[in-house]
Amino acid sequence: MKAFGYERPTQVRDALNAVADTGGARFLAGGTNLVDLMKVGVETPSRLVDVRFVGLDGIRPAPDGGLVIGAAATNSDVAAHPDVRRNFPALSQAILAGASGQLRNMATTGGNLLQRTRCPYFADPSERCNKRAPGSGCAAIEGAHHNHAIFDWSDRCVATQPSDMAVALAAFDAVVQFETLDGPGELPLLEFYVPVADAPHLETALPPHALITAVTLPKSAIAANSRYRKVRERASYAFATVSVAAALEVEDGLVRGVRIGLGGVAARPWRARAAEAALQGAQATGDSFRQAADAELAAARPLPENGYKVALARNLIVAVLTDLVGLSDDPHGAQSWGIHQ
Amino acid sequence: MTDESSSEIVIGVNGTSHTLAVDNRRTLLDALREGLGYTGTKKGCDRGQCGACTVLLDGRRVVSCLMLAVSADGAEVTTIEGLADDGELHPLQQAFVRLDGFQCGYCTPGQICSIVGMMAEYAAGWPSAVTADVSRDASKYTLDETEVRERLSGNLCRCGAYPSIVRAALEIAAREGVAR
Repeated sequence: MKAFGYERPTQVRDALNAVADTGGARFLAGGTNLVDLMKVGVETPSRLVDVRFVGLDGIRPAPDGGLVIGAAATNSDVAAHPDVRRNFPALSQAILAGASGQLRNMATTGGNLLQRTRCPYFADPSERCNKRAPGSGCAAIEGAHHNHAIFDWSDRCVATQPSDMAVALAAFDAVVQFETLDGPGELPLLEFYVPVADAPHLETALPPHALITAVTLPKSAIAANSRYRKVRERASYAFATVSVAAALEVEDGLVRGVRIGLGGVAARPWRARAAEAALQGAQATGDSFRQAADAELAAARPLPENGYKVALARNLIVAVLTDLVGLSDDPHGAQSWGIHQ
Repeated sequence: MTDESSSEIVIGVNGTSHTLAVDNRRTLLDALREGLGYTGTKKGCDRGQCGACTVLLDGRRVVSCLMLAVSADGAEVTTIEGLADDGELHPLQQAFVRLDGFQCGYCTPGQICSIVGMMAEYAAGWPSAVTADVSRDASKYTLDETEVRERLSGNLCRCGAYPSIVRAALEIAAREGVAR
């Protein structure tokens, strides 16, 4: 590992200055991804600026009734927070579905958003990877890509974004707040991550040297009836093959509101807009759910080795929505729509 | 005595304060084992994947291989050496001995530290990925095998002693009145 400097500021401004002043400096929080990548030589910072002590670890109600999650709040603290569990249960479930108890105690909200793909070629400096070494090529397109993207990949990169948390945040229209030396800014989560296109090494729209300060969740009645479900190659402690974060509101048997985010399918958390549009106002039945899922997956472009993800994503969307119908407050319950769990 | 790439840090280990100079690259794991002689904490994968290096940092379980020692400056660490009370094994250590919670023993310090941390998380009401309804206070449930296995999934055992590890964890949970 390359030698590096370390400092621990107590003010956001000092942290911003420290990174702007030193070429190759990086912010450090939980370190669960950055330190790991430093060990294998993928990350080689000249200096680490520890941002766990600049006062960004709080979780508090927002004036509009939503929630402000500090960027340095640990994954454990967010998942366990009573307001998250009550008002955004899929967010709590998504975080708990990721990593292990030890890693969630270390990892932070801002770091979770910025974690890098787990494509094996990205983590191996001896391999071609446009994300790690722009212009070197993509070993995954011709190689092992059974767990790679089915949406929005390019011939430069087929990797997926690995965060579970971000999938739930995408479904709930979260906004990423950041600070720069020129002042604060914000980006809706769905614009925070940028399409792969020709530059897979550029993953977010965050300005250079910006520090994420918080993630805000707008007040959302529908989010209280939400669920995260993750399919993976073992029962725990593995990244998603496909995951779904969904929220559903049903009134008189009709879909009054729906939010669907998909994980494990693209280089960014995938908001299933086509499925949502197909469901709005539709009958809350298994047939509707299947048609909506098909509408979303019609745009999928699976790779030679990951076609299974299309059927998996389709079935997972249907399963989660079916579960949510059973959870909704309608006194007639799932039976009146002919859905059995 | 520090330069750009090294730092002087103060960490408490099992109640004893240590001041030491570390290369900024040194992990907490290596600082404990190589620098301070707390070799009970084991180095398994050194990549945050196996849990053998689990210690408690300010009461919470973490993997010490992915934490830089300099990041732990000012923290209080509890290792496996700090669990016994004046020579008498911690009840969880006794349960591991009695129930055959290990074969080769290499993952055991991490397993035990992880269970201690997990029990504190459970007592604080934290849900897990297998908790049916996260909106309820998880401490209102009793810990069962499914919960224990999920909450300990960050600790691997190459010998496959999982059934006995789970039994030991459940025995301690029962002692504390939270197990089924």
